[in-house]
Amino acid sequence: MRKNIGALYAFPIGMWITLFFAVPITIIFIYSFLTKGLYGGVVARFSFEAYRELCNESLLRTALTTFYLATIATILTLVLALPAAYYIACSRYRNTLLLLVIIPFWTNFLIRIYAWIAILGNNGFLNSLLLRIGALHHYAHFLYNKYAVVIVLMYTYLPYAILPLYTAIEKFDFSLLEAARDLGAARTQAVVRVLLPNIKAGITTAVLFTFIPAFGQYAVPQLVGGRNSFMLGTVIARELTVTRNWPLSSAIAAALTIMTTLGVLVFMRLNRSAGETIRETA
Amino acid sequence: MNRSKSRISLFAFVVTIVFFYAPLLVLVFFSFNGSRTMAWSGFSLRWYGEMFFHSRDLWHALGNSVIIALSSSITATVLGTMGAIGLYWYNFRFKRYISIASFLPLILPEIIMGVSLLILFAAIGLPLSLLTIYIAHVTFNLPFVVLIVSSRLDEFDYSVIEAAYDLGAGEWDALTKIVIPISTPGITAAFLIAITLSFEDFVITFFVAGPGSTTLPLQIYSMIRFGISPVINALSVMLLAASIAFAFLSKGVYRYIFQR
Repeated sequence: MRKNIGALYAFPIGMWITLFFAVPITIIFIYSFLTKGLYGGVVARFSFEAYRELCNESLLRTALTTFYLATIATILTLVLALPAAYYIACSRYRNTLLLLVIIPFWTNFLIRIYAWIAILGNNGFLNSLLLRIGALHHYAHFLYNKYAVVIVLMYTYLPYAILPLYTAIEKFDFSLLEAARDLGAARTQAVVRVLLPNIKAGITTAVLFTFIPAFGQYAVPQLVGGRNSFMLGTVIARELTVTRNWPLSSAIAAALTIMTTLGVLVFMRLNRSAGETIRETA
Repeated sequence: MNRSKSRISLFAFVVTIVFFYAPLLVLVFFSFNGSRTMAWSGFSLRWYGEMFFHSRDLWHALGNSVIIALSSSITATVLGTMGAIGLYWYNFRFKRYISIASFLPLILPEIIMGVSLLILFAAIGLPLSLLTIYIAHVTFNLPFVVLIVSSRLDEFDYSVIEAAYDLGAGEWDALTKIVIPISTPGITAAFLIAITLSFEDFVITFFVAGPGSTTLPLQIYSMIRFGISPVINALSVMLLAASIAFAFLSKGVYRYIFQR
């Protein structure tokens, strides 16, 4: 009796997620093995062509660039987010300070990208300012390169990293740090060996919430990236809407799905075992 | 409890806040600029006038965004809450499948959902319109609703419901008099998050929107694609004000997402 009721509750979501998530993902896996249609779409003939194209040099280089940019952005984000979250959690005014982080979190994503276009663009604020004071004679290209992509990725995902870190640090028992100091640990040693292992879950969430969306990013490289900062997301969109090579864009999307899922699983597994080791040692 | 702050953490915090707000302040400042460029030429409300009275596309897109945000988040909240209750307290066939399938979208890059839904709609011959955007938005909002409502259910003791059954309550009574009232904070949080995510979404919508079904983010994208657009400066100020109001209203909502 009770069993049926649970299934009743979950039936609508089960249907919805099957129709609009599981089935579409299955379709892209199938399409990635089909032949490209003449005017877009696919022809139902089995082919490995898409995967052969996937392994060509320029796509592999794009994949590497994507990985590299997302990794750099994630590391820089964490380097800034960890101490900032620590500061907020330690502050007496933490609710107010937290609000200062939540506001950009709620601010429109494209507006936040646009702010950087308005500042760094060729006719942007920085160029006008430097031209006016005579530091430049001709406008400089601050935008449309890898640096711009990394800065804007950081800008986009920094709140997503600070919030989980803050939540974790807030729950942390600070008397442990004091104990470590009393037992003779140096300040940095206490932070690295006591605080960091204890907020591991927060760090994991922060990394996942920064790296995954950065890795699959489409809008940022499209708007502020240049020719050598193409990311996989840009290529998927181009193959889908411009070149209309659906098997190839399906293959890239399928590869991205597998990589992300595996990456998350490995990351969570590593993290759990690391956490367990620490608990056992303690 | 001694929570000692270090100079490094203060420095990082100040850098973060300047990094967050300096670009936004530049936008606010230049929204009052008289000229089209980012060189100051005197105070003017010209771009606000332009935005309010001469940007019909923008207002049309805003209207679409409101319709989609409300309809998709209502649907997602209802389906997601039911799903969370079912998955949390009961056992049934396909439970594992449903809980994995409704978690997976959270960890996949957005573009995957955009591409796969576009291909699905093309395969079944559904023309791209507000309907396809609605379907996509419900789909990406569902996992968030399930996550948020389940973390609310997590805080709550199942024996209360068992007590209600023992006292003779039926399923309907247990649902409407106990489960829903106690999960209201979670449901509200989920609903607010769903509205914002829907209102904000660019990547997925980009793939599943057709001509005439432009949403606000898509409209903004087409206006900033080729560089600086002073009307967007003015619009930024409005959206920034809205997000400040929203941040005050929904303080604490983020907790439900990041807790786990």
